[in-house]
Amino acid sequence: MSRRGDWVYENNGGTCVAIAGADYCVVAADTRLSVGYNILTRDHSKICELADKCALASSGFQGDIKALHKNLAARELLYQHQHNKRMSCPAMAQLLSNTLYYKRFFPYYAFNVLGGLDSEGKGCVFTYDAVGSYERTGYSAQGTGSALIMPVLDNQLKSPSPLLLPARDAVTPLSETEAVDLVKDVFASATERDIYTGDKLEIVVINKAGTKREYIDLRKD
Amino acid sequence: MAWQQPMDGSHASGSKAAAAVADGPGTQRTQYPYVTGSSIIALKYKDGVIMASDTGASYGSTLRYKSVERIKAVGKHSLIGASGEFSDFQEILRYLDELTLSDHMWDDGNSLGPKEVHSYLTRVMYNRRNKFDPLWNSLVIGGVKKGPKGEEKYLGMVNMIGTHFEENHIATGFGNHMAIPILRTEWREDMTFEEAVKLVEKCLLVLLYRDRSSINKFQIAKITTEGATIYPPYSLKTYWGFAAFENPAQGAVGSW
Repeated sequence: MSRRGDWVYENNGGTCVAIAGADYCVVAADTRLSVGYNILTRDHSKICELADKCALASSGFQGDIKALHKNLAARELLYQHQHNKRMSCPAMAQLLSNTLYYKRFFPYYAFNVLGGLDSEGKGCVFTYDAVGSYERTGYSAQGTGSALIMPVLDNQLKSPSPLLLPARDAVTPLSETEAVDLVKDVFASATERDIYTGDKLEIVVINKAGTKREYIDLRKD
Repeated sequence: MAWQQPMDGSHASGSKAAAAVADGPGTQRTQYPYVTGSSIIALKYKDGVIMASDTGASYGSTLRYKSVERIKAVGKHSLIGASGEFSDFQEILRYLDELTLSDHMWDDGNSLGPKEVHSYLTRVMYNRRNKFDPLWNSLVIGGVKKGPKGEEKYLGMVNMIGTHFEENHIATGFGNHMAIPILRTEWREDMTFEEAVKLVEKCLLVLLYRDRSSINKFQIAKITTEGATIYPPYSLKTYWGFAAFENPAQGAVGSW
């Protein structure tokens, strides 16, 4: 490990958010790619559609993120051929965790939020750290703007305590359009203070009709 | 282990068998760059992609080589430009020769486009960083190829650890600081070649004044559906007679 230099990683910034509802899931990320004070490009997608009704948004080191996305896409294709069906979102969630932990001692520098519908068609969000610990939640934020966004989501969405027995549903009470509006607002706010977040917001909405993508502009400064 | 490697380089990873440092405790295989090239400027214009750089390569702060080509054609549809370690760039060119040759030998009428070359290079760069033995470069890949949607222009870059992206205009190294602001304000999708040359020369001139490792010998290259053209080197007209250049301390506040 001592031979590992500081040059092997780079933080390319970016923020990822996902919100799950009763029958939908919203996954969003900005499209800015930066390093230090430089902006490399203003139009780089951080969201990868994986499995059936499932999208992964990642921020961190772009090289690792692309390798991770390619790896997962390849594993999902193998799964399709072996099982003659698409992978479910919770299955992809477990696969992502294992994939991250597999590189526990030379980690992917990637902060992931996986959102989609579970096998019952209910919205689900899985949130991760770089080495694979993960949790199913109703909403989450990851990346450089997460500290600005997460408390707002906590305040607006008031998820039931995980200590409650019997376990309460974690999905948010919002309607799909309310959730999309909330996502737009939290990103517009994070862009004001986080220099690594901005340029454009990419929103993927997943419901039983399928997935659709939507873009809105964010501050470019 | 080093003692297990044959000396004749016939090993599977023979190309670097002799050069690689043993991978044992207390040893280092991470090198640092020796001979480096500075910025590459590249942008899309009406008929394709234009790329430019100076022809210098420095040994630390010494200007060691003054006439090297840092922009090369790859296959039929692409150009590659490199900043950073010059010998690593030459090794990359060897990889690309191998790639285009083995692709050509399929004899199926298909050829690698800029997108494929870029994708290949991102994997090479990322894999080498994973081995802690990086190719110390920032690479710019530009090209045009007929696709399903007609002629498709492509411009992308990749750095020494595998970060990569596509853009309409790219500048590496010092150019990322000095040329990008110019390109962002003045670039248009439908620029003619003449306009593109003017814009690129404006960037090169700024870099010549402000980047100490740049030299006044430049090369411009273009890639269109007609193929790649790398123009012979030439110089730009400079003016050093500004008062602030001749006496930089004049008007400065201070006791000295």
